[in-house]
Parts: sequence; C-alpha cells; structure tokens
Amino acid sequence: MFRFLRDHGVIERNVVLMAVLTVITISIGGLVQVVPLFAVETTIERVGGVRPYTPLELAGREIYVREGCYTCHSQMVRPFRDEAERYGHYSLAAESMYDRPFQWGSKRTGPDLARVGGRYSDDWHAAHLRHPRLLVPESVMPPYAFLDRPLDYSDISDRLATLRRLGVPYTAEMVANARADLEAQARPANDATAMQGRYARARQGAFDGDPRSITEMDALIAYLQMLGTLVDFRAVTPAELRQQ
Amino acid sequence: MEKDAVTGTATTGHEWDGLKELNTPLPRWWLYTFYVTIVFAVVWVALYPALPIWGATGITGWTARGALPAEMERARAANAPIMARINAATLPEIMADPAMRAHAMAGGRAAFAANCTGCHGAGGQGAPGGFPNLADDDWIWGGSLAAIHETIAAGIRNDENPDARNSLMPRFVADGLLTPAEAGDVTEFVLSLTRRATNTAAAERGATLFETNCASCHGDRGEGNRDVGAPRLNDAIWLYGGDRAAIMRSVALGRGGVMPPWSGRLDPAVIKMLAVYIHALGGGEAE
Repeated sequence: MFRFLRDHGVIERNVVLMAVLTVITISIGGLVQVVPLFAVETTIERVGGVRPYTPLELAGREIYVREGCYTCHSQMVRPFRDEAERYGHYSLAAESMYDRPFQWGSKRTGPDLARVGGRYSDDWHAAHLRHPRLLVPESVMPPYAFLDRPLDYSDISDRLATLRRLGVPYTAEMVANARADLEAQARPANDATAMQGRYARARQGAFDGDPRSITEMDALIAYLQMLGTLVDFRAVTPAELRQQ
Repeated sequence: MEKDAVTGTATTGHEWDGLKELNTPLPRWWLYTFYVTIVFAVVWVALYPALPIWGATGITGWTARGALPAEMERARAANAPIMARINAATLPEIMADPAMRAHAMAGGRAAFAANCTGCHGAGGQGAPGGFPNLADDDWIWGGSLAAIHETIAAGIRNDENPDARNSLMPRFVADGLLTPAEAGDVTEFVLSLTRRATNTAAAERGATLFETNCASCHGDRGEGNRDVGAPRLNDAIWLYGGDRAAIMRSVALGRGGVMPPWSGRLDPAVIKMLAVYIHALGGGEAE
C-alpha cells in the first residue's frame, strides 16, 4: 500500500518533478503561517483604554528593544492561575496591538513585565536599573547605569509618522506635537494638559528623579510604568474579553 | 533488487568507486510510532484550539482562557472558609487563633513574595536608598499590627489613597530655608548624635539650627517621631545612608519615599495576612 513512498528515486531523478513538489511543500508551510494572519483582527478583544504610546514611552520602548530586554523578560501573562496570582489579569491581544514588533518574548530569566506598570515607584526603577543587586541581591540582571545619558529624541516625530503609516492610530496632531509632548511628560515644570488630552492616562513625572534633564532612563521608566495599566480590568466585562 | 552479500540487506543500487549504499529499512517500532504521532496530531488539532476557523476552539470547546475562571474558583473555594473567618476577624483575634494565624503566616508569606520583595527584599531586609528593613525594630510609621496594617492598606505619600501616610521633609537648602554652610552644621550635629562628629564647633552651631528646624519632627535628641514618619536619627540604622554626604543630601534636598496603597489591589483578608506575616519578621511590637 505504501509502496509508492519507497519510490523516491523517481523524484530524485526528475528535476522538474522535484522542483514542483518542493514548491508545493514550501507553499503549505507558508500558507500555514500566512493564512491565520488574515483573521488576526478577530483575535483582538474589544476593550477600552488602549492607546498608542506617548512619544516618551515610545522612546523608552525603543531603548527596551535596543538593550534586548525581551531576551530575559517576557510581556505575556498567560491564562494560568499561578500567573494570574503573581502578575494579575492575563495579557490581551488588544494590549499589544500597537506594538511593532510585539515584545511578548519567549524566555523568563527575569520576571514577566506585562503588568509591571505602577507596581514599583519611579525611584525604585531608577535605583534598580542602575544597580539591580542593591535592591534584589539574588538578581543576575546587568546594571544599566549608563542610561543616565541624554535621550536623543531629535527624530521622534518621524518615528511617530512611521508607525502611523504602519497603521498605529497616531493623528497628524500627535505627530506634529511629538517633541513638545515628550518634553511635557518628562519635565514636571511643563504644562502637560495638552499632552494628556492626546494621550489618556499618561503620567507626567521626573522619572529618573532629576526634573531638569531628559535621559534615556526617563524614557525607559516612563515606558515601564505604563505597561499593563491602560486597560481597567475592574470595568471589563466577559463579552469584551471574547475574541472575534 | 541487489542484495549485499555480507549483511543480506538490499542496496540502493548506486555505486561510487566500488562502494554501495545499504538501503536499511527503518525499525518497525520507530516507523509505527511515527505514524501514531501523525494521527495524534490530527486528533489534537480537531479537539483543541489550533485552527483559526470555526471559532478557533476545536470540537471540545476548551480554551485556556475559558478554563481559568473555574481554576481560580476552585482555589478560592478551597480557601473560602478560613479566608471568610480572617476577613471577619480583627488582627488580635487572628493572632489568638492558631488556625487563622497559621493560615495568615503562610498566605502572608506568599503575598509578600509576590508583592513586597521588590523593594523590601525576600526576607524583608530592605535595601539601601530608601527601602526600609521590615525585619528589625526600627519602624518609621510604627511596628504594631495595627500600624503595619494601616501602612500596607493606605501606602505612603501616594495620590491614589486619600488616607495615605503623608509628611514632607523640607528641601532645606534647595528652598532657601538654610544656607549650604548651615546645612553642613546641621549634618555635623546629626553625626554627633551617633558620636561621629569631627568638628565640635560646627556641631554646636548645628544643634541650635536642629532645634529650630528639625526637632519638631525628629525630636530634640533625634529620637524620631512615628506620628509623622520622621526616622530616628540617633541610632545606626539609616534609610538613605548615614555617611556625611548622604545626610547632607537629605538635609539639602529632602526625602520622600513612597509606597503604593494595597487596599483595592489586594483582598482585605490578604492585607491582614501580610500584616501578621510582617509583624512576625522580627520587629513586631505590641499594640
């Protein structure tokens, strides 16, 4: 019955047949990966509150990616009891729908960060990023004290514009005001009402403890403090959590 | 089909420089295991969420998200009787009841590990730079069960809870209340409280300044005041470091550690269990 399976010699001796069968095989593999993406919209829950990153958070997110934080920290609370007890509500697709690329990660050398926002104070993050072992003696995280250098945000408008072309709902107004919004969020002396009007629940602060300068530390802490805080899970209904 | 003379196994028929390749069949057990895994995969894909079609759930309708509420409810139900008792009991009642106290110690330990260790350390030992040790008897806002419970529930200097413990250490130099030289004298006096002053004249000048500027919160002899969360200054335990530079910075720029409120984030019974656990870490005081 499976006799024909042993006759692979026929394929190996006929280059056209081999090419055709190779294309078919690779196509199947490609379709398995590509076709589900046509239905990706159906996986996004209809919860409120998720907004694009503020310019400062976006700059922090890019530092997060640049430093490879995702190699040790996931951003994906899975729907298991042990994770729910430790981190909080499981992650939703909606929470990373504006991520290009997403930071779900695949390995937890350190803890999951999907719900780290608001869990610690800004001072804690600054001290911990500078010298992780001062706060967590058993930590193996490298120190990031060098992030206390000025943040280069000269191209922040272009970065927002690029994401806008990729489908992130930044408005023209957000792109035009990116620079001012970034400075308003990181300098408590500036007026933040316009920025907070564009980005709901964005928190202003001297994230690294120094209100005068805008550093990479400011941006990264602003990003970390926002993670997982946009959806108000006390108000979410089961219907909103249903996918498709 | 040509067979190899030595092994009796069929060859592939190819020949390279007089060498022929044996066409040894796969072991039967291996081959059939392989076929079984293929069948298993097909069944699995049909039963469980695998394909993004027909509701993406598979025939059984099982999803990890769907199974979670029942799993959480099972764990909640298993603890419900004792948690209800803890919820209804006062802190002294929990301490007096062995069953409730044992549950509070175990549950408080788990909640502490999940929520408190980042700042206060795995054993409550704290960390330099404003993260207090909870295992010693040097308390900033009080070490009784009730005081610990209050601190956990309301937090310290946060905007979220109106009952948060609040006080403000002034920025004496930054806000022009003292000159840098005067702040140096005060620092010298604070060092003298632990017999570390090196400049007696400066410490004496600092004593007068301390009396007018600092003593209302920190006490005449730096004994601290828990009502306003003013740390004790005449012992060897320092929240932000006890060397000259750290004390000078505290005087000049002020300090104001924060702690989030846990009421609203944690179940009221869990906050009680945390209070019992922290009280037992080493420094718990009587009411």
